[in-house]
Order: sequence, then C-alpha cells, then structure tokens
Amino acid sequence: MVVELVIGAIVVIGALWFVLSYNGFVQLKNRIDNSWSQIDVQLKRRFDLVPNLVETVKGYAKHEKETLNEVTAARAAITKASGAKDKMAAENMLTGALKSLFAVSESYPDLKANQNFLMLQEELAGIESKIAYARQFYNDTVLSFNTKIETLPDSIIAGLFGFSKRDYFQIEEAARSNVKVSF
Amino acid sequence: MYEQISENKRNTIILIAVFSVIIVALAWVLGEYIFGIGSFGLALGGIFVIIYSLVNYFFADRIVLAISGARELQKNEHPYLFNLIEGLAIAAGIPKPKAYVINDTALNAFATGRDPEHAVIVVTTGILTKLDRQELEGVIAHEMSHIKNYDIRLMTIVSVLVGITALLSDIMLRSILYGGGRRENRGGAAFLIVGIVLAILTPIIAAIIKMAVSRQREYLADASGAMLTRNPDGLANALEKISSDKEVLEAANKATAHLYIDNPLKNRQGFLDGMFSTHPPIADRVARLRKM
Repeated sequence: MVVELVIGAIVVIGALWFVLSYNGFVQLKNRIDNSWSQIDVQLKRRFDLVPNLVETVKGYAKHEKETLNEVTAARAAITKASGAKDKMAAENMLTGALKSLFAVSESYPDLKANQNFLMLQEELAGIESKIAYARQFYNDTVLSFNTKIETLPDSIIAGLFGFSKRDYFQIEEAARSNVKVSF
Repeated sequence: MYEQISENKRNTIILIAVFSVIIVALAWVLGEYIFGIGSFGLALGGIFVIIYSLVNYFFADRIVLAISGARELQKNEHPYLFNLIEGLAIAAGIPKPKAYVINDTALNAFATGRDPEHAVIVVTTGILTKLDRQELEGVIAHEMSHIKNYDIRLMTIVSVLVGITALLSDIMLRSILYGGGRRENRGGAAFLIVGIVLAILTPIIAAIIKMAVSRQREYLADASGAMLTRNPDGLANALEKISSDKEVLEAANKATAHLYIDNPLKNRQGFLDGMFSTHPPIADRVARLRKM
C-alpha cells in the first residue's frame, strides 16, 4: 500500500514537472519571437519618419545634399534588402547616416529652432534607444532560453522535443550609441 | 529575474494567508467576546473584509493618484519622458505604463497599480527638471522593476491588509475601553487584558512586516533597475541627488510614503527609525549600486 502510494506520488510529480518544464520552454520561445518583432516595430517606425525628416532638413540645409542623399539611399537599401543579414546591414547604414545628418544640422541655427525638426529629433533619438532596449531584451530572453536548454533537468525536455539554442543579436558599436541629441 | 517574480507572487500569497489568520482571529474575538454576537459577527466581519479588500485592490491605484494630486501626462507635454518610459518598458518586456506627474519641486517618483497591465509611473516636476538623462533613466528603470516584479501588487495588498488590521484593532480597543455592559458576562478580566494587548500589538506587528517587505523590495528594484539600463551609476547619482535635496513632498503622507523611490517625508531621526523605515538608507543603496 505504502509502496504504491510512493510510486504514485513520484509519477504524479514527474508528470507535473514534465508539463511545467515543457510549458516553460514554449513560453520562452514565444517571448523570443515576440521580442524579435518588437525590434522590427521600432525599425519600421524609424523607416516611416525618415522622409519627413529629410523634407524638413532640405528646406534649411541646402548644402548638405550629400548627407541627405546618404540617408535616402540607406532607406532605399532597406526596402531592397533580402535576407536578415542584408537588412541588418542596411539598418545599420541608416543609423550611421542619421547620425551624420544630426551632426551637420548642428551648424544650422534656423533648423535647430524649427519645432517640427526638434520633434523629429526627439522621436528618432527615442526610437534609437528603444531599438537598443528591444535588442537587449531579445538577448536577455535568448540567454534564459539557452541556459534552460543546457541545464539539468530541463535539458532532458529540450532534447526530447528538439528545442535548440538561439543566436544572440550581435550589437555593433555604431548601432549601440544613440543619435547625438543636443537641446 | 523570473524566479524573483514567482518568489514575489509566493510571498504575496503567504502574506495574505498570515494576515487572513490575524484578521479572522481579531474578528472572532471582537464578535464573540466583545459584542457577544459570535459567529454572526464573524460572518458580518468576513463580508466586510472581502468587500473592503476588493474595493481596495481594484481602486487603490486611483485612490493613491488622487491623494498625491497626480495628473496624467500627455505625450506632447514631455515627449522625452514618454520615450524613456516606452523604451524601458520594452527593455523590461512589459506593456508601457501610464505616465503621471505631480506638480512639486521636490525630487521623487513612484509606481502603482495592481499588475503590469494596469501600472502607472508617477514623477514630480522637480525630478524632471533637476535630473539629467542618465539619472532619470535610472529612476524610471527602478520604478519599471517595481512593476515588473509585481512589487506594486504586493505593496497594494500589504497596505490593504495592514489597513484592515489597524481598523479591527481600533474597533476592539475602543469597545473594550468605552464598551457597554455585555463584556462582564463573558471572558472576565484575564480576557480583557489579552484583548487589549492584542489590539495594541497587532497593528504594530503589521506595520513592521509592511516596512520590512518594502525595504527588501527597494534593494531588489535598485538591482534589477540597474540591469535594465546596464548603468548602475545613473541610478546611484540620481539617489544621491534625491537624498541631498531636503525638500518635503507635500502631497505624500504616511500612508503613501512607502511607495516612493525615497522617503518623501524626509524624517530620519528617532530610535525606532530603523525598524519602521520604509526605505533602506540611501548611502547603503548607493554603495551597493557602485559595486555592481
């Protein structure tokens, strides 16, 4: 009687752990996918703001054609990019181009006094930091997912259901630092 | 981090259980011996406590906001703060909390709500003007951690329970001291003494539990806030600035003091201070952050 009870208890606890561990993996996997799309949301918002910014700057800084073209070209490259790697390279290019655009705009007092420009500048600076935060959250989530896959006893479940480790987002220095903002 | 959250949820349940026992015991003593209405009193008390708790649970945040004189901030008023909150919400992986502001030059901030879906971050206008970007980021990250770790729910519930115990003890003490003739037929003198001691001690114990929980949550929010920004110095500098500012926040009182990032009442004297303080000493918090 006692032996049967003990065996029964072990089976129940084992089944419970099995379910909880599996669900934990599914939850983390979904969180990773969701945080990846969070990055995309921010990149899309930046993409949409760029034409507006270019138009605004054009009116004040006519001599900065080169910088403006760079921004427009980087934006166009994003639409043409195929594959994650290309797209990431294009996004990084846009980050760099925007940074130099804000740098040259420093020498145009009229532009810096423009309400619309200031709003766009704050918006884009905010988006840059949100992109950085979204990537950070993505990496944090991947870290706990990968740790769970490697550590016992969860690694048994991972092996059974074929959960495999995810790649971290490699953050380049250029993408990490924000667009320069001065008030 | 997620382990911290489940631990917090577990603590919440334990706290509710402990307080429920205290509250039921108080209600029983009150009903049975003082009013002589026994189980009927208990049932009445039970219904009252349930209604009181539910109302508090769902409206506590609105009550706190109203007491503090906070108003909701529109995006065009302070796009900078809005972006900061949105960014850190992304970093914490929770929905974006609402932003509220208190018109006061004192430096302070707090978070409230019952879960991350119904969370609010409140800052004073003083903190917006006197802190730089990194410092403000540290403060918002600290509040974001309170939300993510479910501290806001824990503290809301603890406050409700402490409130109920204080209320019951008060009724008990008053009815023993000023109550009518019924008590002579029951318990007798020995019971009276037990009742008085109980009525005096329980609110004190409840208050100590509340403060201890609050202090422990502050350290944790500092640590996880620093993890969000990857910049502990930002919060450390902000805390130093906040503590060196001696201005009292008029909108805060004893009931809401434990919510703030630093004690808004600024009273740091008295020998019971350590035990009853809602916040750990700033110097200690800064030292821990500097070591990260």
